[in-house]
Amino acid sequence: MSRRLRDLLGVVPFLVFVGIFLVVPTLVVAIGAFLDEDNRATLDNVTALADGYIVQAFVRSIVLSAVTAILGAVIGALLGYALVTAKPDSTVRRVVTSACGVLAQFGGVTLAFAFMATIGLSGFVTLFLRDSLGIDIFSGGVWLYDLPGLVLVYTYFQIPLMVIVFLPALDGIRPQWREATESLGGSTWYYWRRVAGPLLAPAFIGSTLLLFANAFSAYATAAALVSQGSPIVPLQIRSALTSEVLLGRENVGKAMALGMVVVVAVVMALYAVLQRRTSRWLD
Amino acid sequence: MTTTAVSTGVAVRLEGVSRRFGTVQALDGLDLELAPGELVALLGPSGCGKTTALRILAGLEDADSGRILVGGKDVADVPVNRRDMGMVFQAYSLFPHLTAAENVEFGLRLRRQSAAARRRRAQEMLELVGIGTHASRFPQQLSGGQQQRVALARALAIQPQVLLLDEPLSALDAKVRLQLRDEIRRIQLEVGTTTLFVTHDQEEALALADRVGVMRAGRLEQIGLPEDIYRNPATPFVAEFVGLSNRFAGQLSASGVEVFNTLLPTLNAGSVEHGPVEVLVRPESIDLTADPLGDGRVVAVSFLGPLARVTVALPDETLVVAQVSSARLADLPPGTPVRVTLLPIPVVVSPSDQT
Repeated sequence: MSRRLRDLLGVVPFLVFVGIFLVVPTLVVAIGAFLDEDNRATLDNVTALADGYIVQAFVRSIVLSAVTAILGAVIGALLGYALVTAKPDSTVRRVVTSACGVLAQFGGVTLAFAFMATIGLSGFVTLFLRDSLGIDIFSGGVWLYDLPGLVLVYTYFQIPLMVIVFLPALDGIRPQWREATESLGGSTWYYWRRVAGPLLAPAFIGSTLLLFANAFSAYATAAALVSQGSPIVPLQIRSALTSEVLLGRENVGKAMALGMVVVVAVVMALYAVLQRRTSRWLD
Repeated sequence: MTTTAVSTGVAVRLEGVSRRFGTVQALDGLDLELAPGELVALLGPSGCGKTTALRILAGLEDADSGRILVGGKDVADVPVNRRDMGMVFQAYSLFPHLTAAENVEFGLRLRRQSAAARRRRAQEMLELVGIGTHASRFPQQLSGGQQQRVALARALAIQPQVLLLDEPLSALDAKVRLQLRDEIRRIQLEVGTTTLFVTHDQEEALALADRVGVMRAGRLEQIGLPEDIYRNPATPFVAEFVGLSNRFAGQLSASGVEVFNTLLPTLNAGSVEHGPVEVLVRPESIDLTADPLGDGRVVAVSFLGPLARVTVALPDETLVVAQVSSARLADLPPGTPVRVTLLPIPVVVSPSDQT
């Protein structure tokens, strides 16, 4: 057995993992999207993507992801900037980065429940505000279980994720660049416009794209929070797969999943391009 | 190449400048003067305040008290971006998203020069620092030494009143360092800009500067011509920090200091009480003679090219480092019994309890 082959042996567990959890499901989705119930080739599932309710779900999913990505990116970047102005080994920085590491992965049923228990219809904050201060946060409708609620809850895990992915770029900005700009006659504004801005822009946009993909593919949080209707694509897929009213819609679900794969693939390709550009400047 | 500065530079004066960071007194009433076109090196161990002095002159730090005069004008209230100082940092100061030429043009763009004038000036500066052919490279495509050359070109392009060099060579390899050191001197003499150079490397300071200021604990311990600093150190600290010194026990009296039964003249006897003292003797002030009756014994030899350092142990286990011509090494292999002679060159003494 050649040495090369032996070396490859070590990668086998990884390849098996990727095969089972990434390649096979993608193939199932991609092939299933073009088959009917009797496994004959058809374009019906894909053309069904043009149906009004599916288009709407895609629009809502994209809007939700874009809004929470931009909110998370801006707030997370500001928080990250505040962190890098602290000393690298300071307690504040260590605590906040660890907290962000946990909170960025905190989405899901637990998070949805946490929001219901605090600002849900009978959440303790809702009750406190209503009974003690006379403020009814749901006077304009029960927004928590619809798109606005999803924006709020998603932003909750988008901000810490932004801190984690954007911090290395902020750390790569050297104080000498600011001092050099100033000694050459530039103002703080000039520094941000000509030096820090251009240097951070690719990482910022790249991180925003990552946040977009993160929100776009999130399912459990929305599933736990939204009990009526299926405003976004992942929930539409669920109803296509599990509906007991309309049968034989599984493959439309696969077509929607394929649509999601395409959207995320485009976003991640952009992310990779931008990431390569920043790493050329900042090591 | 000229050897005298074309005095186009301005005079710089720091008067009683103090600066405290928390509990650390970084500068403690520093007085420093630079003549127009002069290159002064501030030399000292880390934490002596030399970088703080440079940053205060640049405007990157504020002084707690004292005056900073550039060309006779007090610049205390002038912000860093109006001070018109060219600065070269230790490393990594080039803008990584701009080419070498764009880096050099950066300050010219701020001065609203036309694109053509900028390009011409940038090319001229890059040629001055010897890398005219690398104008379109990005910093990451340049070696450390080349990056520092670009940084120097960038600082000089704006025709600054004062050039500030903050350990610009300390991140470089020994060989590049020597080369760039000589280049910096050549360029500085050519443009005639008053220059403050901060370093912890005594060889660099002595080789490069018109005058060297040795700093300790926020003050100037001594300032003078490089040869004065080396030959006539004013204090034991300067004697030890600049160049290598042996420390021997001696006996100070009105007629000089007695070490190894030899009476030597002293440089600083007035400030030290008579009696037992420590004597700082340079290796080149010590002569060795191979002698079967000598009470020293060679324990180590290090070859430095034309010169060599020979370490000798005395019976009381005192180690003596002497510098001799390499031609004499053949007579002094390790184990050789030798006689140690002190040459009658003035030495610095320090109270024996002082470390």
